[in-house]
Amino acid sequence: GRCYLYMKTIERAAFPRRLWERVLLNKNYEKALEEIDENLIYWPRFIRHKCKQRFTKITQYLIRIRKLTLKRQRKLVPLRRKIERRENRREEKALVAAQLDSAIEKELLERLKQDTYGDIYNFPIHAFDKALQQQDAESESDSEAEGEEDDEEEEDVAKREFVEAEDSELSDFEDMDKLETSSEEEQEEEEEVEKKASHSKSKGKTPLKGPARRKRPYIEIEYEEETEPSTKSKAA
Amino acid sequence: AREGSRPVPGDGAGPPAPERVLFPPTFSVSEIKNKQRRHFMFLRWKQQQRKEKLALKKKRKKEREALGDKAPPKAIPKTIENQRVYDETTVDPNDEEVAFDEATDEFAPYFNRQTVPKILITTSDRPRGRTVRFCEQLATVIPNSHVYYRRGLALKRIIPQCIARDFTDLIVINEDRKIPNGLVLSHLPDGPTAHFRMSSVRLRKEIKRKGKEPTEHVPEVILNNFTTRLGHSIGRMFAALFPHDPQFIGRQVATFHNQRDYIFFRFHRYIFKSEKKVGIQELGPRFTLKLRSLQKGTFDSKFGEYEWIHKRREMDTSRRKFHL
Repeated sequence: GRCYLYMKTIERAAFPRRLWERVLLNKNYEKALEEIDENLIYWPRFIRHKCKQRFTKITQYLIRIRKLTLKRQRKLVPLRRKIERRENRREEKALVAAQLDSAIEKELLERLKQDTYGDIYNFPIHAFDKALQQQDAESESDSEAEGEEDDEEEEDVAKREFVEAEDSELSDFEDMDKLETSSEEEQEEEEEVEKKASHSKSKGKTPLKGPARRKRPYIEIEYEEETEPSTKSKAA
Repeated sequence: AREGSRPVPGDGAGPPAPERVLFPPTFSVSEIKNKQRRHFMFLRWKQQQRKEKLALKKKRKKEREALGDKAPPKAIPKTIENQRVYDETTVDPNDEEVAFDEATDEFAPYFNRQTVPKILITTSDRPRGRTVRFCEQLATVIPNSHVYYRRGLALKRIIPQCIARDFTDLIVINEDRKIPNGLVLSHLPDGPTAHFRMSSVRLRKEIKRKGKEPTEHVPEVILNNFTTRLGHSIGRMFAALFPHDPQFIGRQVATFHNQRDYIFFRFHRYIFKSEKKVGIQELGPRFTLKLRSLQKGTFDSKFGEYEWIHKRREMDTSRRKFHL
């Protein structure tokens, strides 16, 4: 970043090669200004002034360049339109092929079947029965052993949830609470039916929409309304 | 030379297409010089092709019905996933070498439950509104995460500080033209760094039919379709972001689904309506990632040792070859 002072005179206008006369300026800013002054000594005042102004600007931007190179520099990577378009299209097709909702639902049901949730939900009874039916005596004993382990976990889990339900009267999970409390009272089919009715009724806003809003829930509601008065009269 | 069997294509629509048009054998639609006529003849040819195809389908269906039980089983349609070029690095679940590697790699302390993940989320310089909001939402989704603004700090200097303060992961969201478009995920104590390209980011308010905000419970994690070695290591990286013990009371699940090298992230709340049915409700942001490079150490663009880089010319040549 050294600066030179270039001068031209009309006498040398005929010789383009020798037209510009070059003088290396000092590194020091003030001394360089003095050098400009003494080199351009017989030049008009305005031109000298403008030259010094230009020199000032040049030194300032040279300083800035040096500072910036020390900092992190942003590397600009150009986007390639064709490639961007291709990737977007492939992404859309991959999204369609992925069928995310059903994949997630399948995975969750798998986990439910494999008892990763312990006994938070009272469905495992049915799964348990099915498992018993399908397997032999030997594997029945195995599953019983697992069932014992699950029972221990169930107790812990059930205890934990029971306590929470007592503590948090107004929790966000109204559904979950209703599920828990109802599951802890009795485990009859009527109870399940009533629970389903209550929790489908309590969802006034029907927060579960989209894939969850299928025709079956509506049919269930109708059925349960018929039977509900009888169960209510029982409770009362 | 026009044959008598072919009606003259008039201006525009012309006469309706006849049932069967006989073309002379040496005739080709592309040889007509007049564009209008050529277009018309091409459409007619296309219609014919479609009719023939439909007739073929109907015939096949009738044959199937006629055969009844003896009919051969339906052919499985070819999909890209079916036709995928077999990758040698596909992980076999019983592979000992893979199991040994996993026991000794950088995520071993996490999977042995020795460390609790603590995550730092930050952006590139001067983030715009959308990126900031996205960072905040991401912080609600991932438990035990903190958002810090990067005010011109160099990543290389942030990393030692993070390690000193016990962070396990660093996420940097890169931004371009006010939308987030890149993600750098770095496992901190000297772990691998993955650089992704992020696309189709949807904030919570843009998701239709969403639920309430994600709560503080630890969500479950679902990792789908990470089959190859590379995919396996990336899957473990994602798993290492979340604490080990999900709180099932929260009923939240974060899904990383890999399909054709695109990783889709979704965050749902689920509820089991019966043992065979589950309803899910999307809450939380969603985005898709595409892996660009995987680096052995922490973030170091010049001197790092790259385990895998996406090389467009070599890797994008086949439509049926995927790497994750």
